[in-house]
Amino acid sequence: MKLRHKRIALIAGGLAAVGLAAAFVLNALDSNIALYITPSEVAAGKAPQGRAFRIGGMVREGSLRRDNLTVHFVITDTAKDIPVAYTGILPDLFKEGKGAVIQGRLDDAGVFTATEVLAKHDENYMPPEAQHAVEQAQRAQKTLQ
Amino acid sequence: MNNRFINWFRFASPQSFYPLAGKMIPWFWGLTAIFGVVGLWISFFVAPTDAVQGEGYRIIFIHVPASWMSMFIYLVMAAWAGLGLALNTRLSGMMAQALAPTGALMAFISLWTGAFWGKPMWGTWWVWDARLTSELILFFLYIGFIALQAAIDDARRADKAGAILALVGVVNVPIIYFSVKWWNTLHQGASVSVMKSPSMAQTMLWGMLIMALCFWMYSIAVALMRVRAIILERETHTEWVKELPEVKQ
Repeated sequence: MKLRHKRIALIAGGLAAVGLAAAFVLNALDSNIALYITPSEVAAGKAPQGRAFRIGGMVREGSLRRDNLTVHFVITDTAKDIPVAYTGILPDLFKEGKGAVIQGRLDDAGVFTATEVLAKHDENYMPPEAQHAVEQAQRAQKTLQ
Repeated sequence: MNNRFINWFRFASPQSFYPLAGKMIPWFWGLTAIFGVVGLWISFFVAPTDAVQGEGYRIIFIHVPASWMSMFIYLVMAAWAGLGLALNTRLSGMMAQALAPTGALMAFISLWTGAFWGKPMWGTWWVWDARLTSELILFFLYIGFIALQAAIDDARRADKAGAILALVGVVNVPIIYFSVKWWNTLHQGASVSVMKSPSMAQTMLWGMLIMALCFWMYSIAVALMRVRAIILERETHTEWVKELPEVKQ
């Protein structure tokens, strides 16, 4: 084995070792890396007790209600729902039926009092006409069902 | 060794790579200009407004190419660094050194434009989600690589130290790329990937791809210019550099 081959093997081995170590670390940190948990995870008791955390999901259609400066809505992952109360400015992309990530605390009554609401955008980019066509197709599908 | 093929190893010597790079640079600048003009024209005048985000989405024409470049340049830089360690070639270290500042610039542009987009769309400049954090780490890796190389006086030792840092940091690149799949992040998933058809309108996609080509050409042109400067700097003592017409005057 030439010196050159030895060095190549050493580099490849080193990279593999670092990669493996990183995989283990990330695996161990898994739940801490996630920015938010889902309403189902909250229902399963995975929410941290007594401190703020983030919930991510969809804003349920028709659940948005304004009460003076406070907005009430329901965040859902279609399986479980969590009612949210928030006083503050909502981001532009915040909409019923769209994704949102909310930071706050869960009170004893099961209402999530938010301190920050972020809109989550999806990976779809399309002009308004295409959006309109998609909506119409969805509506047509619903009437067929 | 083999007469039928170009002897690529010839270009591994700084002496023969220097004039070759000099010849390539204007071509890459030309392509940068062409792709840049066409790409920006499509991005601003042809691509339709986004249904949800309005005009603000147009930042992707800079943001996405810069993010791609920041990851890809890191891979190329690490590959050069690894090649330098394995084969002990001088040019490899110089190439890695020449790529680092451009990579850092791309990572910075990616973070910066992302923050500008994030404020109106998400409602925050910054959030510590996996995608954003790992891209920030990439930026720090570039800065660390540049700093480490600059801190060691002997160029060959600096190359070796930098190469090890670059190779260890390579782990971060797949983490950035797959972060949106592996964890819950605020950052959206990939709109364009090899595995599925792109989830964006045709003209938007074309604008973005042409801008990406523009960023490629720019990065190559700048890296070649920088590597020429590094070659001159490191080989000042040699005869061939002293014989160069641009050095002689």
